[in-house]
Amino acid sequence: MLIEFIIYKSIICVAIFALSLGIAAYSTWWERKFAGLLQDRWGPSRAGKWGLLQPLADGGKMLFKEEIIPSVSNKVLFVLAPGLFIVTAIIAGVLIPWAKPVMIGDSIYPIQIADVNVGVIFLLSVGSVGVYGIMIGGWASNNKYSLLSAIRSSAQMISYELAMGISLIALIITAGGTLSFAEIVAAQDAGFANVVWQPLGFLIFFVCALAETNRAPFDLAECETELIGGYHTEYSAFKLGLFLFAEYINMFVSSAVMAGFYFGGYNFPFANELYTALGLQEGHWLISLIGFGAYFTKTLIFISVFMWIRWTIPRFRYDQLMNLGWKTLLPLSLLNLLITVIVEYFRGNINF
Amino acid sequence: MQLTNRSKVVSNKEQSFAEKIYLPAIISGMATTFSHLFKKRPTIMYPEVKKEYAPVYRGQHVLKRDENGAERCTSCGMCAVACPAEAITMESGERKKGEEHLYREEKYAKKYEINMLRCIFCGLCEEACPKEAIFLTDKIVDAEFERDTFIYGKDKLVEKIDKRIDVTKRQTPEVLEFKKRVGLRHNELNKTIEKKH
Amino acid sequence: MLGYTITQWTFGILSFLAIMFALMVVFSRNPVNSVLYLVLTFFCIAGHYLLLNAQFLAVVHIAVYAGAIMVLFLFVIMLMNLNQDTEPQKTALSKLIAGVIGGLLLIVLVGALKGTEQLQLTQYGHSDIGLVKNLGTVLFREYLFPFEIVSILLLSALVGAIMIGKKEIK
Repeated sequence: MLIEFIIYKSIICVAIFALSLGIAAYSTWWERKFAGLLQDRWGPSRAGKWGLLQPLADGGKMLFKEEIIPSVSNKVLFVLAPGLFIVTAIIAGVLIPWAKPVMIGDSIYPIQIADVNVGVIFLLSVGSVGVYGIMIGGWASNNKYSLLSAIRSSAQMISYELAMGISLIALIITAGGTLSFAEIVAAQDAGFANVVWQPLGFLIFFVCALAETNRAPFDLAECETELIGGYHTEYSAFKLGLFLFAEYINMFVSSAVMAGFYFGGYNFPFANELYTALGLQEGHWLISLIGFGAYFTKTLIFISVFMWIRWTIPRFRYDQLMNLGWKTLLPLSLLNLLITVIVEYFRGNINF
Repeated sequence: MQLTNRSKVVSNKEQSFAEKIYLPAIISGMATTFSHLFKKRPTIMYPEVKKEYAPVYRGQHVLKRDENGAERCTSCGMCAVACPAEAITMESGERKKGEEHLYREEKYAKKYEINMLRCIFCGLCEEACPKEAIFLTDKIVDAEFERDTFIYGKDKLVEKIDKRIDVTKRQTPEVLEFKKRVGLRHNELNKTIEKKH
Repeated sequence: MLGYTITQWTFGILSFLAIMFALMVVFSRNPVNSVLYLVLTFFCIAGHYLLLNAQFLAVVHIAVYAGAIMVLFLFVIMLMNLNQDTEPQKTALSKLIAGVIGGLLLIVLVGALKGTEQLQLTQYGHSDIGLVKNLGTVLFREYLFPFEIVSILLLSALVGAIMIGKKEIK
């Protein structure tokens, strides 16, 4: 039993780890391709068909570049920072329930690494710890631009985490008072996805997710025009690669989180009708596969929207960023919480 | 003082509600970028597809030979005179007996050099040439590492006998007719030279 | 293993790490390193909470202390740009006084802890008290009044901080 459990957990860990890395690698390709398409270009087209081998070429380039550690830097922290950043990025992916549990024999196997019963807060805390990678990297570089970037990044993270957390509280109320990711997704099985009840909450969460992943229009931490490369100015070779890679993993995870929290995850309209029409029992592996496909498609759409926004909207100024976070999103999320409580009271989901 | 009518008065008016919440502007911007997904792309996939040159593209020079394979250039120096960048220098020589198959005229260019760093590829040398000897082709001058390798001598400029370069596209009857017009400076010079003789 | 359960082993390792990192906070010369060691200490303490089956507390501990407060600490320390050159040199007298005071505190602590051997811990309810649902129920039923008082205290602290932070009051 224990052996079985260990084998199952290691398979799923490796699978999700590989999935995160693969998606992150191909996000870099898709970002360039999509940017090209949006700008009337073709994007990468040389390495393989449609440039599909581009991530490999990039990885090779990163690996074989000269590794430079500035002599005035704090060496231990300098080396530690990219690793820390990518670890925190990957950890958040642990919570995502990719599909309905599969039943093999009598035992149920959830397609999720860990169903933490405080999943939502775990997600928030992992997100907030993620800023250490940037901060330590920026500080250890011993470069004024990097330091400024680290400070910007941490201030931005703290500011947007508040609005994000409060919009998530509203979501939890709608989802029936559970903090478990799997249960939030499962609650959207029947009826509408959460976004129907939480349009404002979704909007706030989306903007905060953009800010938390350091993506445009909130990528002030790596603003080339002002800070050269920001916190990764001094990094080269694969350490730089890890930083860039972690950004894409972050983006992948937050896309998956949004798809799960607000768009039903592996559920889709008329899913149960489809399964009955196919004659599938609860726990059949095909149900999980179809569900995984649905979840994955939603995630990819969100990743594309992230990129689409990046190539449309110019970067915010720092004071605009702070104003938006504290003076707009925070009050809005509180208002959203109030509205949610009133609506849920009249729907009969909460009683005092 | 108002110089043009193009100046725009900046208004500092309050933003309307729709402008304040950003969203309409963001959505319209996203729609704009999205519409570009379906636009025609001007990219030319270079090594496979090459951009077509205009028939009168002005690239590296060639010194033409006539149909028997003799050099047309008579080293008159009209091209050097016409050259605004002073890129052309030459040295004349007299044709010896038995060299008729090499040089068409009695006087020929012993040395003919064009400094490709000075040349601005204006094509005035081509216009000035009375013997239809120098032409600009669609070949792009190669990149080099040294400055002095950019001075092209006859070895690089004169066309190879087995590799003739077709310039019929540039040498249309209209062009030939145009070159005889009296007003052109090199024709004036031609006349004065003829008078002296 | 050596007569201990996995839980006891974990407790031992976590306690050792927590104390070691806490000592490193004090002993490291660089304030940034100190802050980072403090963050590690918080992680160890969060591990202790997990051992007590208080998952909510553990995660909130990481989110609030490691994720927010220490980030702000680090933020300020990085801005001040402290390094060994600017660190004020203590005189021998102040070192002596600090040593005496620290030693006295140690004696007081040891004396206080000596009495705890007789203390009987009462098992509070069931062991799932740390889960969110139970914690929330207790907090909002039995301890609603203190909870609200604390929130008002925090609110007033917030207002006070903003008032101090404001340059001039119009």
